Order: sequence, then structure tokens, then C-alpha cells
Amino acid sequence: MNKSCKVTLTVNEVERTAEVEPRMLLVHFLRETLNLTGTHIGCDTSQCGACTVLVNGEAVKSCTMLAVQADGASITTVEGLGDVEHLHPIQQGFWEKHGLQCGFCTPGVMMAMVSLLQEHPAPTEEEVREALEGVICRCTGYQFIVDAVLHAAAEMAKLQESGNVSDTMPVGEGR
Amino acid sequence: MIPTTFDYVRADTVEDAIRLLQQSNGEAKLLAGGHSLIPLLKFRLTAPGTLIDISKIGELQGIRREGNRLVVGALTTHHQLHTSPLIRETMPVLADAARVIGDLQVRHRGTVGGNLAHADPAADLPGVALALDAMLEVQSEDGKELLELDGFFLGPLVTALPETSLVTSVSFLIPPSDAKSVYLKYAHPASGYAVVGVCAVVGTDPDGTINHARVGINGVGDVAYRAISVEERLLGQRPSRELIQQAAAHAADEGDIGGDLFASEEYRRHLCRVYTERALEQILLPEGTA
Ligand SMILES: Cc1cc2nc3c(=O)[nH]c(=O)nc-3n(C[C@H](O)[C@H](O)[C@H](O)COP(=O)(O)OP(=O)(O)OC[C@H]3O[C@@H](n4cnc5c(N)ncnc54)[C@H](O)[C@@H]3O)c2cc1C
Ligand code: FES
Ligand code: FES
Repeated sequence: MNKSCKVTLTVNEVERTAEVEPRMLLVHFLRETLNLTGTHIGCDTSQCGACTVLVNGEAVKSCTMLAVQADGASITTVEGLGDVEHLHPIQQGFWEKHGLQCGFCTPGVMMAMVSLLQEHPAPTEEEVREALEGVICRCTGYQFIVDAVLHAAAEMAKLQESGNVSDTMPVGEGR
Repeated sequence: MIPTTFDYVRADTVEDAIRLLQQSNGEAKLLAGGHSLIPLLKFRLTAPGTLIDISKIGELQGIRREGNRLVVGALTTHHQLHTSPLIRETMPVLADAARVIGDLQVRHRGTVGGNLAHADPAADLPGVALALDAMLEVQSEDGKELLELDGFFLGPLVTALPETSLVTSVSFLIPPSDAKSVYLKYAHPASGYAVVGVCAVVGTDPDGTINHARVGINGVGDVAYRAISVEERLLGQRPSRELIQQAAAHAADEGDIGGDLFASEEYRRHLCRVYTERALEQILLPEGTA
């Protein structure tokens, strides 16, 4: 085995340090080393987006990044969005608008959409569809996902107005 | 899929990276955004002994204006190209072209330096960069030098980049203020890469005479190329539908065009002409004028 490397990174607001083989993919690090199995592997060829996480706030396919490249970075996985008592607006949107069927794609889709909403808090339907380019859903036909994202954007705008953002946009503890 | 084993080192400066390249005796590869290299590693199509991570080198970041050129650090991501106000203002075609690369996640990681250095014939930035007279700043143990992008691409994934050097920045000529430009892409329906991508930058005198013409084409051939035969037929002429058709008929002249499972050579030549024609029409015959 080649020399392993020490990585220190923040995952869902918790600092983690580990020794990893350089060839270990970030998605394997999250799923196997940290046991955060919410991040899925759909294709493993950079196409499906099921493995999408936020790296320093930006949506990235974690099957196309090495864990060592994430040294020093702040990662958010679906586990960091919210929990059943405190759903993130995007999770609320998927719930209200039936944005999932089998749910396999859902964690990656939600992370990609959180990335979109951070940059474009009030996206048009077209912008949502464009941003969905990097994720594949085999079930829904996308319409309900689009509805869910627009619902989330509207909810977040309301929260912004009432000044309640931090309360209702939790970033969970991770595990 | 799991790559074969390799060593990993992070370079903190450009000098560091060059020294590490020298020490590796050709066994190492530079790692920037990783969005071309990591898929190759996973398929085990390449198995470098060492990856030299250059993605944290501060001096490879940043976008600035220098005279009539925009100097873009090699690590600038496609997303940054798309969202930079300076690029939007001086060469919107580069911002627009970056937007059609892959998807949101890919654009967050992929870099301009990696895209050009990788020399994928189906990538989008090579043609656009050729149409913007791009120069590469390349640094090696002997110091810095400027390479013209025209002539840099030697074959699929093969470039004129000297062995122990890296691309530090890419500079693009700011088109004349009256010039218009467009990048038109026909994307492969599965991969999203360009089956053909045509970038045209055309400027005219106040009386309508064409005084600046650049056409860069990627996707169709083994390497991206400048369609000089098209450019020459436009220069000094007044725009008309006939002129555009005559010029676009030569769009494949400089291309080294072959067929593959998805598109025959004939089809690629056809696409090349049609997309060049459309690009020139959008610029020179905007709706209602012809
Ligand atoms: C799903 C998917 C879809 C994509 N779709 C498109 C598309 O539609 N259009 C398109 O154009 N591209 C597309 N790409 C490729 C993407 O744009 C790549 O990110 C880009 O081509 C390479 O940039 P990188 O920074 O990721 O390079 P890396 O993968 O890190 O490196 C690529 C190569 O360039 C070398 N290199 C990198 N930086 C330098 C440097 N500064 N100096 C010298 N050598 C260097 C590396 O050693 C390596 O050999 C896609 C990629 C994926 C995964
Ligand atoms: S598993 Fe990463 S993109 Fe499909
Ligand atoms: S809900 Fe089944 S793949 Fe999207």
C-alpha cells in the first residue's frame, strides 16, 4: 500500500481527522469511514449525481473527488441538512410536493438544489431545470422535483422576511 | 471503481510543483479539478505513480485585465468563468461557453487550465479559447514562457506542453468593442460533450465591412482548430447570406475529421458547416436584417 495521508475536514460542522489511502474517493470516505450512508453511489462514472455533497458550499460529485482533496474543506452531506423534527426547506419541499418515489436520487438532488438556492434564492422554473442537469432521477420524471424546489425557494423567502432563517435552516450534527 | 494506488503530494507553490515533477521522472501527473483525471484513474486508463495536487496554489487563481487581454489563472473553475463580472463584461462568449460545460457540479470543480491541458477534442473551451487568440503562460525550471494556443493541441489528449512544466494562466484577447461573438454547441445526448462546438468572434467597421474574424471549432476533429479558411473569406467583406454560406462551406477544411460510433465523418463535416453558418448568421444577420 502506498503512503497514507492524514486528512482533517469538517463534515456537517463536526471536525474529523483520519488516515486515508490517497486513492480513496470522498464518497467512500463519507460512507465507509464516517458511516454517513445518506450519500449514495448511483453510477460511479460522474453522471448521476446521487453522490452530490457540498464542498465549501458548492455542489460536487463526491465520486469524482479524492478524500485527500477535501483536506481542510467543509463538507455538508444530506445528514447535515436537517432531521425529522427540523426539516430543511428543501426537505419540506420534497415532502409537500412528493418530490421522490424510490428516493435513491433524493440526497444528491437535494444537495445540488441547496447549492442552487444558495446562489439563486429565487430561481425560475427554467433555472431549476437547468441546475438539475447533473442529477438523474429514474422515477419522478422531474416535474415534482421542480415543484419541490420552487416550494423550498418560496418557503426560504418567507423565512428570510420573518428573520427566522437560522432557526429553521438547521445544519444537523452529523454522526 | 477504485483507482490503482498512487502517492499523493500537495504542491504549495508553482516552484514546488515543478520540483516535484522533476523528481518524478515522468511518473507523476498534476491534479487540478480532477474532473478529467479522476474518471481516467477510476477506469484505470492511466496509472501515474504520483499525483501532484496543484489545486491549493494561490498564484494560479484570479482573473485580471492586462491591456487588451484578460489573464485568467489556471485554477479558475468553469463556474467562476461563468459568473465573473469581468469576463461577462469583456468577453461574454467565454462566460456563456463555460455555462454549457457538463453540469453544475462539474463546473464547480473543472478548471480552465485543466480543460486546455487535457486537450480532449470534445471539450468546449479549446475552440472558444482559439477564437479569443488565447496564449498560455507556462512555467518550468527555466522560468516562464508564453505559448500560443494555436499549435498547442497536437492530438487527442496530446499537447505541446513541455514535460516538467505547468500552465499557470491563460490570457484571452478582449475582442474589439463592436465585435459580437457566440459559441454554438451540439452536445452528445449521453455524455454532454461537444459533437461540434463553433465559436465565432466577428467585428465590423461602421460601414459594415468585416474587420475581425475568428472561428474556433472543437468536437468534430482530433484536435480543436481555427477555421482560417472561413475567417479569410469573411475579412474585408460585407455580410450577406451568400457570403456566410460560401465561408461556412470551408468550416471543415482545417479539421482532422474522422467518424466514430456516434457520428460518421460525413455527418461531422455537415454539422461543422451548419453550426458555423448558424453562428455567423446570429452575429452578422440578426433577426429582421436579412
Ligand atoms: C460528467 C462530466 C462531464 C463533463 N462535460 C464536459 C463538457 O461538456 N465540456 C467540457 O469541456 N468538459 C467537460 N468535462 C471535463 C471537465 O471540464 C474537466 O474538468 C476539465 O476538462 C479538466 O479540468 P480539471 O481541472 O478537472 O483537470 P484535471 O482532471 O485535474 O486534469 C486534467 C489533465 O490536465 C492536466 N493539468 C491540469 N491542470 C494543469 C495545469 N495547470 N498545467 C498543466 N497540466 C494541467 C492534468 O495533469 C491532467 O492530465 C466533463 C467532466 C465530467 C466529469
Ligand atoms: S455516483 Fe457519483 S455521479 Fe453517479
Ligand atoms: S426517486 Fe427514484 S431515482 Fe429519483
